[in-house]
Amino acid sequence: MIPHCQLPSHIATGPHVSPFVSSPSHAGRAEDLHVPSSGSSAPFSVAPSADHAEASAGAEPRKHTTYPYVTGNSVLAIKYKDGVLMAADMLGAYGSTKRYKSVQRILRVNDTTIVGASGEISDFQYISNLLDELMTQDFCYDDGCTMTPKEVHAYLCRVMYNRRNKMDPLWNSLVVAGVDKTSGSFVGSVGMLGTSYTDSHVATSFGNHLSRPLFREFQRDDMSLEEAVSLMQEALRVLFYRDKTSINKYVLAKVESSGVAISKPFALDTKWDLKAFVNPSKHAVGSW
Amino acid sequence: MSGVGSGYDLSVTTFSPEGRVFQVEYAGKATDNGVPCVGVCCKDGAILAVEKPEETKMMLPQSNRRIFTVSRHCGMAVPGKLPDGRQIVSRAHQEAEQYKRFYGETIPTKVLCDRLANFCHVFSLYWSLRPLGSAALTASFDDQGPHIYLSETNGVSYRYYGIAVGKGRQGIKTELERLKLGEMTTREALKVVCKCLMRQRDESSNKKYEIELAWISEETGREFQRVPEDLAKQTVEDAKKEIEQEDSDSDMEA
Repeated sequence: MIPHCQLPSHIATGPHVSPFVSSPSHAGRAEDLHVPSSGSSAPFSVAPSADHAEASAGAEPRKHTTYPYVTGNSVLAIKYKDGVLMAADMLGAYGSTKRYKSVQRILRVNDTTIVGASGEISDFQYISNLLDELMTQDFCYDDGCTMTPKEVHAYLCRVMYNRRNKMDPLWNSLVVAGVDKTSGSFVGSVGMLGTSYTDSHVATSFGNHLSRPLFREFQRDDMSLEEAVSLMQEALRVLFYRDKTSINKYVLAKVESSGVAISKPFALDTKWDLKAFVNPSKHAVGSW
Repeated sequence: MSGVGSGYDLSVTTFSPEGRVFQVEYAGKATDNGVPCVGVCCKDGAILAVEKPEETKMMLPQSNRRIFTVSRHCGMAVPGKLPDGRQIVSRAHQEAEQYKRFYGETIPTKVLCDRLANFCHVFSLYWSLRPLGSAALTASFDDQGPHIYLSETNGVSYRYYGIAVGKGRQGIKTELERLKLGEMTTREALKVVCKCLMRQRDESSNKKYEIELAWISEETGREFQRVPEDLAKQTVEDAKKEIEQEDSDSDMEA
């Protein structure tokens, strides 16, 4: 070591930093770090080290997903006599922008189960992968039986609840529907935080407020497929009129004991020539 | 320690002076003396067949499986020591799942079988481990068509038109060589494979046996499936009859 070249203690003196210093006694780990050995011993302190700042200067705590980006809206599902019916539109909205218009939010899981999702689309894609893996495992067991909708529902409950416990929720509301050979039709819902319930009819997001009242009034477990479809269409139409983040392009899926059928995208007849629509500001005096 | 060349078979980490690793060869014998397994690759798919002796009268049929599904497009038969084989199968599950998760595509059969061969090979590198007394006879269908691979305990993995392992493999192999497998459909080949297996049975043993059949083809939608029970039963019956017929024909000639 060169005596007149004594460096302040908080400046690194490791051999990789200073070509002058090669004393083995100073090759210790502590001196390789740009950290003062103690605050008071530093003759001049220009700036506290980076990780010191993080600990003391009130840096933001770590955050996971705090809001969704590309979202899907309502999913509706009802039971009928021979099975279950599920419907959702095909919009992937970026905020209020109708960004993606061909997003299928209903997934066929196996021959007896379908899952629909509202909320963050990318999280739903992740869940789709999980379910795909689960079904491959189920296939590999090769035991002649497949998972029932109830089991898929329970699985998704665990997934969602586990992620909320990590403070990193999957930003979705899921609807699981299907037919079980032993216990009949199943319709259930799982929320973003792992909350779940089963019922004869289920809806997510806006559908909870706009469609479920209709279902409560008109849905019966023994209704025919035709009745169920027309009820579903009515519910979708009501939603479309009032929900601004929805589009008139839907997919309808049904599960019966014979299997799963998911329709091609279709549109509903709508009627906008109502008198109140001609001059919308007429009855809203004081607004624009 | 008597004689030249003895004493070199105590560990997988010891080579003999001729450059052989005896323990690995012994491990290979575990598969060679085990149940006969056949894998053939046909025009539109691949077949796996295993002939299993009835261990005891009290065992339920089809409860000692030797053919396992690895993923939708791939399955394998395990000759030799069954528990060792299950280790390979469970590793294959992991590899297939992990590949799919990472790359979003099903694992190419070549990659899977090479990885399984590597997995087997690792067991012949350390003195504290024992080589696996099994192998992986893999049948699959991917973008490149149907495949039959055999990944052995010594760490090699080759692709075959048709291959047999276990007892009577030599006889089965020569029979397979005579066949035009590439021109048969899996449905046609099913009976032929059964016949190959049955012909090589030890006539003297009266032990009952069961043939386990699985296939993957265009017909099964490129999904690995065990052959439906009634079809499998029918095929075995037909094969048995044909063999008897052929035998009586040749007796008449003689």
